[in-house]
Amino acid sequence: LPPQFHNLQELRQSPSLATKVFIQRDYSEGTVCRFQTKFPSELGSRIERMLFEDTVKTLNTYYAEAEKVGGQSYMEGCLACATAYFIFLCMETRYEKVLKKISGYIQEQNEKIYAPRGLLLTDPVERGMRVIEVSVFEDRGSSGSSPSSNVSSGISQR
Amino acid sequence: MSAVMIARKVRKWEKLPGKNTFCCDGRVMMARQKGVFYLTVFLIVGTCSLFFAFECPYLAIHLSPAIPVFAIVLFLFVMALLLRTSFSDPGVLPRALPEEATFIEMEIEAANGNVPAGQRPPPRIRNVQINGQIVKLKYCYTCKIFRPPRASHCSICDNCVDRFDHHCPWVGNCVGKRNYRYFYLFTLSLSLLTIYIFTFAIVHVVMRSVDSGFVKTLQDTPGTVLEVLVCFFTLWSVVGLTGFHSYLISLNQTTNEDIKGSWSGKNRLQNPYSHKNIVKNCCEVLCGPAYPSVLDRRGLTQDDLPVPASTATQSNPVPQTTKTTAPLIPNEHTPDDAKPSIADSAIAHAEKRSPSPKKEIPPTPTKVPPLASPETDVEASVIIAKEKAL
Repeated sequence: LPPQFHNLQELRQSPSLATKVFIQRDYSEGTVCRFQTKFPSELGSRIERMLFEDTVKTLNTYYAEAEKVGGQSYMEGCLACATAYFIFLCMETRYEKVLKKISGYIQEQNEKIYAPRGLLLTDPVERGMRVIEVSVFEDRGSSGSSPSSNVSSGISQR
Repeated sequence: MSAVMIARKVRKWEKLPGKNTFCCDGRVMMARQKGVFYLTVFLIVGTCSLFFAFECPYLAIHLSPAIPVFAIVLFLFVMALLLRTSFSDPGVLPRALPEEATFIEMEIEAANGNVPAGQRPPPRIRNVQINGQIVKLKYCYTCKIFRPPRASHCSICDNCVDRFDHHCPWVGNCVGKRNYRYFYLFTLSLSLLTIYIFTFAIVHVVMRSVDSGFVKTLQDTPGTVLEVLVCFFTLWSVVGLTGFHSYLISLNQTTNEDIKGSWSGKNRLQNPYSHKNIVKNCCEVLCGPAYPSVLDRRGLTQDDLPVPASTATQSNPVPQTTKTTAPLIPNEHTPDDAKPSIADSAIAHAEKRSPSPKKEIPPTPTKVPPLASPETDVEASVIIAKEKAL
């Protein structure tokens, strides 16, 4: 690992945002929440294709779990209906629980994989579940050469 | 430079665009026009009060005490569902932030290629294939997004709503993905309540007339006449509406799609969302997951969080550059200015934005004529007209 490590906090305060890439929804299976796994060309040099596709596929699995119409959703629906939906005032729905898991997953992915590569994923729920926003920061030290000069230039920008 | 700390917490609902009104610090979300909703509440509460006052004491003694008990349970159920339909977020899609809007515009430009000068650019449409069927996604000029399938823009609330069904003035809100099942259960339970009150009001009059005579009965319980009248007229509309929505649910269609004739079968267009099985369709619509709101109405806005001075000055330039990028389509406010006159006449009580609501299309000749979007305003208004007719 290079000696200086782009951490999440540093990235969030960094002014050197180069561009943003938006991963669109995949509607081929209907209106269920699913994102395209096609690797965007703008990220070509910044991250390995497999890593990125794994992230999107895992997110898709989470959303499929949340939106599954099956035994658990029937139980939740019937119980809620029987209480005239008052139970939603105190209980967290299954979808909300999965969204929390997704939020934790994205945070973890950002810390481990994306921040070291100068990228940042935004949770789709903050963009209306329309897109996965990938913020691409200026390439600082991903080349690996002269890391110390990049650190000093990074510090001086602040 | 010192950091500026705002004393009052500003929640996100205060900054949301669109024409909704919010209550209870963002917990309640409704349309701007609430007059008809108050009428709905008054009719339900008023009629039930008359029932409890005039019919229930007699029926509890002469028939069964279960009658008022069941009436109370049904009444509470109806009110709970009505309030949940009216107060919840129907599935509003938040508008695109500047960077996303620019990204989409760039994609459109790339797709359209070079348009010769003087020629109208092609309408902004994105084709997607859903379950083997081509569906056209339209671009919303107000929200700057390509609308997801089944979403539509409500001109009354000025929001794009996911799985948009219709805007219902009786509940004072749009009916969309998040509150459709509450709306349907409300109409269903209201039908039951109306039939229940109607039936027992008649039974009460008949039973009492046997003892005291018809005229004296009406004199003793004048409320009954009112109840029967209200229930009679309500029956036709609400039971009809429940039947209509039961039909839509069995086909997994929205009112919007039904009115537009999206899946009527012409051009061999079939509903790609239907499971071709009534039970499966009903299960999906009524027993599907409870979708959370993506609006985050009660979250705190970013302005509010204390920002240290050094990063505040530096983090600003980035969003500024994207905001100053001019949109590629000149008249982004087209849908409001170009609202057709049909909308104005159909929605008599709907609030107009200002400043020139009665203007006919097109706006000034120098602007590019409006493209795909205004028809959705027409559709939304036609839906409301039909809803009123029911």
